[in-house]
Parts: sequence; C-alpha cells; structure tokens
Amino acid sequence: MTIPVFEPWNDPEAKPLIQFQNVTKRFGEFTAIDDLTLGIYEREFFALLGPSGCGKTTMMRMLAGFETPTDGKIYLSGQDIAPVPPNKRLVNMMFQSYALFPHLSIWDNIAFGLKRENKPKHDIEERVQEMLRLTRLEKFARRKPHQISGGQRQRVALARSLAKAPKLLLLDEPLGALDKKLRQDTQFELMDIQEKTGTTFVIVTHDQEEAMTVASRVAVMDNGKLVQVATPDRIYENPNSVYVADFIGDVNIIEGTAKPTGPDQYDITWKEGAEPLNVKSQNSFSDGQTCHLAIRPEKVTISADKPADADNAVQGRVLDIAYLGNISTYHVELPTGAVIKAQTANTRRIARRAFTWEDPVWLSWTATAGVLLAE
Amino acid sequence: MNRLSWFNTVSLTLGFAFLYIPMVILIIFSFNESKLVTVWGGFSAKWYGELLQNESFLQAAWVTLKVAVLSSTLATVLGTMAAYVLVRGGRFLGRTLFSGMIYAPLVMPEVITGLSLLLLFIGIGLDRGVMTIVLAHTTFAMCYVSVVVSSRLITFDRSLEEAALDLGCSQAEAFRLVTLPIIAPAVISGWLLAFTLSLDDLVIASFTAGPSATTLPIKIFSAVRLGVSPEINALSTIMIGIVTVGVVTASLVTKRQMVRQRRDEQNAERS
Ligand SMILES: Nc1ncnc2c1ncn2[C@@H]1O[C@H](COP(=O)(O)OP(=O)(O)OP(=O)(O)O)[C@@H](O)[C@H]1O
Ligand SMILES: [Mg+2]
Repeated sequence: MTIPVFEPWNDPEAKPLIQFQNVTKRFGEFTAIDDLTLGIYEREFFALLGPSGCGKTTMMRMLAGFETPTDGKIYLSGQDIAPVPPNKRLVNMMFQSYALFPHLSIWDNIAFGLKRENKPKHDIEERVQEMLRLTRLEKFARRKPHQISGGQRQRVALARSLAKAPKLLLLDEPLGALDKKLRQDTQFELMDIQEKTGTTFVIVTHDQEEAMTVASRVAVMDNGKLVQVATPDRIYENPNSVYVADFIGDVNIIEGTAKPTGPDQYDITWKEGAEPLNVKSQNSFSDGQTCHLAIRPEKVTISADKPADADNAVQGRVLDIAYLGNISTYHVELPTGAVIKAQTANTRRIARRAFTWEDPVWLSWTATAGVLLAE
Repeated sequence: MNRLSWFNTVSLTLGFAFLYIPMVILIIFSFNESKLVTVWGGFSAKWYGELLQNESFLQAAWVTLKVAVLSSTLATVLGTMAAYVLVRGGRFLGRTLFSGMIYAPLVMPEVITGLSLLLLFIGIGLDRGVMTIVLAHTTFAMCYVSVVVSSRLITFDRSLEEAALDLGCSQAEAFRLVTLPIIAPAVISGWLLAFTLSLDDLVIASFTAGPSATTLPIKIFSAVRLGVSPEINALSTIMIGIVTVGVVTASLVTKRQMVRQRRDEQNAERS
C-alpha cells in the first residue's frame, strides 16, 4: 500500500484555495506587502515565518477582510474576495491580541460565533463543551477573560476561532504563551483537527520548531516579500538564500570565492593561505564568483585528531561550549579568527566529555554537507 | 497622607467657602420656621409640606422631569451615534468640519442658542410647549454626550469589533452585542450629564417654553422676582439634592466602571 503524498503545489492541475495575485498593501508611503503572489491549497497547514513587522498579520487581515489590498487580487476558491465583507467570508481568524470580549464569560466568548448562525441551542452547547474540552478550559467556562491567565486567554481565543469549523482558519501566533508541553499537545490537536475536518490552516509563528512540526509548507517573509516558500525539510536543507538559512535554525556561513573543478564540484577559496574547501553544489557558480557556504552545526564533526578521509578539515581551538542537555554546541575558533559551530549529541555523561575549553580540535564535514548560496 | 501647609489650608477653605456658603445658607433657611427669610425663627420642615400643596410648583416640577428624561434620552441616542461616526467613520469628506461643529454648542452662549431655536420654532410654526423644550435641550445636551462617549470610544480596542465581524456579526450586531455593552458606562454617564443639564437650564428653557409649559427653574426665577419665600428655598434645596445625586452618580459610574472596564479590556489582551 502506498500513502499518496500530499503535494498539491507540485500538481499543475490543482487549484489553490487561496490565491494572492500580485498583492501589494501600502499604509500611506509604507509598503507592508510588496507584490506578493502565492497559492495556498486546500487542506494545507501553511506557516508564515518572518521577523517582526514583515507583514504577516497584514496578510491575514487581508484574508479575513479587515484590510483591502492596495493593488492586486485575492481569490478564495477562485472567487475574488474583495467585495465580500468579513462576516460573509468562510474564514475565521484568531487575533494576535486575542480580542476576547471582556464583558462576556469564556463560555459566551466561545459560543459567540455559533449563536450568530442560529443553530439549535443544544448543538451550540455541545460544540462549546467540545471546544472547552479540547483547550482544557472546562473549569473556567463561567469566568470573565480578565479572571484567567495569559495562556488560558490564548486558548480561549483559539477555541473561539475553531468553534465555527471554518473552511479557512487564520491563526496569528496561536500558541506563543503556552508552555512547551501544552504547546506540543495543542499542535498535535490542531493537526488532528485538520486531518478530521479538512480545514485549511494559515498559521503565523515565531517558533521555527513549531513551523517545522505542523506545517505542510513554510513561507519565510522579509519586508513584505516572500523569500522562500517550500516544505519544512527543503527550507532547512535547501535554503535559497543566506537570509533563510540564517532565519531557520543555527547555521555557519563561510564566505569565499568559487572555482569550478568538475560537474557540480567547486573549490572555495575562503581565507588567504588556507586550503580551499571542497563543495558539491546544485547551484552553479562561475569562476571567481563570491559565494556563501551554509553548513548546519550538526553536520560538522568535531574530533581530536585529523580525520583521514574527510572532504574538508580545519583545525581550531574550543572557545565556548553551550550545553543544551541532549546536545552540546562547540564554538571553535579557527586560526583565521572565524568561529565555527559544531554540534554533537551528548551520548555520555557530562563529566566524561571529550573536549573542554582551549582544547585543540579538528572540524570536518563532507562535500555535500553544506549549501552553496550566492547571497 | 500628606498634611496640607497652612497656606494651602486657607486657600482651600476660602475657595470652598466662596463656592458653597450661598448654598449652605439657602439650605439652612429652607428649614426656617419664620416666614421672614432673613430672620431665623427655629427649625421646621413645614415649607416642604407647603410645597407639596402648591399645584403650580408641582406642575412645573412634572414638566421639568418629563423634559429632562425625554431630552437626555434623545440626546444620548443622537450623541452616541454622532460620537461613533466621528471616531469610527474613518476619514470621510468634511469629518474635521463635523467634529468641530458638534462641539460648537459647548462654547456657544446659551442666549444665542435659545434665541436661534426660538426663531426656528416660530419659523416652522411649532407651538411652544413641552415638545419645543425637549427639542432645545436635546440639541445642546447632545454635544456633551458625544464628548463623553467619544473619549471612551477612542480608547476602545477596535479589534474587538473586528472579532465580532469575523465571527459573523453584521456591523449593527457588532455594535449592539460588543461595542455598546462595553461603552455602556460612558453612555450612562452621558445620559446623567444631559439629565442634570436639562434639569437646571433656565436660559434656553425660557426662550423655548410657552405659556402651556413652564419648567421649575423658570418658575423659581419668576417667583423670586416677587420676593424670596421660604417655600422657594425648600424647592431649591430639593433641586440641589437631585442635581448633586445626578452629578455624583455620573462621575462615580464613569470613574468606577471605566477604570474597571479598561482594566478588563487590557487584561483581555496579551500583556
Ligand atoms: N494600520 C496600519 N497603518 C500603518 N502601518 C501599519 C498598519 N498596520 C501595520 N502597519 C505596518 O505594516 C508592517 C507589517 O505589520 P504586520 O502587523 O503585518 O507585522 P507582523 O509581521 O505581523 O509583525 P509581528 O510579528 O510583530 O506581529 C509593520 O511595519 C507595521 O508597522
Ligand atoms: Mg503580527
């Protein structure tokens, strides 16, 4: 039996649920969203990642109907949504500021959207109860928003937006205030809900681990532009720019000039006098072109002696050690002054660690360990 | 608590004496046994009793109350609507002009407001009576309401309305179910303010009242011209009481509720 892969973005036949077409949004002189084109498919779990102020909330507000694009069009199921008012869109949004109704109890907050649909009372009660159970808020149903904690408020906001089971759910940092355990549980709940109901999720997060866990695709934004849109593993292993590599996870960036030595083979001159680095790259570079080699710390091996058959090996001395429990990150200073991070799993107890401060060590990595990027 | 310096104590005493001695004297003399206003003849509440027998005063009090309730209610509805449009309407043509114009009656001399209303009523052939006083009071109380309500709306978190729209409310439902309950304290204190203003207005009422309807302030004013009687002192004391209760309630409602509501609202946001 084969599990069909869920990759509608690779299917030329598939029609996206949401289509941004050259959308630009300006606030006065300031451009918040800059000529953005993007398709999000049904049943996707789409994560928006980017630094503060890059336009994530603005994108969501345009989908929910609180902002209109200055230029361009947004289609939902193939229909231009510009003339549809927010209350007629099959879209629910969880606000970054929560926007809970202060005069209503938690129960009434969650029931608010359901009551607008004139559903039978019994159904509403059942649904609210279900949402309370899901977000573990049963005990607080009768309280007002100001009588519960920040994390509980965040869960109320989440429950309220989930209650109507919309076609498209926009979550603006839905889990930021939750502790790690509850956050992971809620992430799995969200994925579960998505699987059961087929809702399409667009989620803003500052937590890249969260994006990696839940998302079918991740979009990295910068200054109102999409820098890269790809599956989590591609974003991590194959970032298209130093910006993305640096934004997602930890990375070593080595700048140098490329010299082709064979098909997809390059020598990177990176420091006067140092041996050139040996790199295999899908991206092609011309002779003498400036390039950046991005290597994740976990792909750099640290050893006491020079490894015999490594593609690349450099010597340095341990500058700093960051102990993170399951792993340790070694900051190794090279004779050139550059600092390279190497990560190893802590399979032994800390007292029996192989290296300590000031130890001379060798760092090595394979030719395919890093990605060669132009900028 | 800091102790006041003697200078501050004196200034405070003088200031309050200046403000309140006349009223205190009036209240004391309303309990005077003697018919002579300036001679103390012992304590008695008999003038309050006599007041209750006085048909024309009771008639005027009834008119005043009716006018105050009607006009403050109308003013609250209109003033709240105006405030909502001015704060929330976004930038529409002539918005600055409108917001300037809504506050103009605050600084307009009452005589002018009264006179212009009188001319209008005569012009359109409206018989002067309760109706015209109500209209006149609505006109000038409305801007006070709109000032109070709009200062509340300015600090109102707009995303609450957006959340209501997002959950399927129409604009009107969002206002009724979310905005109004939250700004209710401001609306109530606006109403109380309008009520108090209407209750003690003399100038505008005397322009717009007719022979068929006289308000208490007008009645008192014309009675005093024939000489101050202890009965009027009693009546004035009652009015002071009502106005004080109104004003104090209004400010308490505003203070307490608004502080609480704003705290709730801030708490409901993420910190
Ligand atoms: N109504 C507005 N008027 C003017 N500028 C605005 C308005 N709304 C947003 N902006 C600007 O647009 C940019 C994008 O804002 P947005 O809220 O989308 O950021 P964000 O990516 O959600 O950031 P964060 O991660 O901090 O929430 C910001 O620089 C912001 O200052
Ligand atoms: Mg945001």
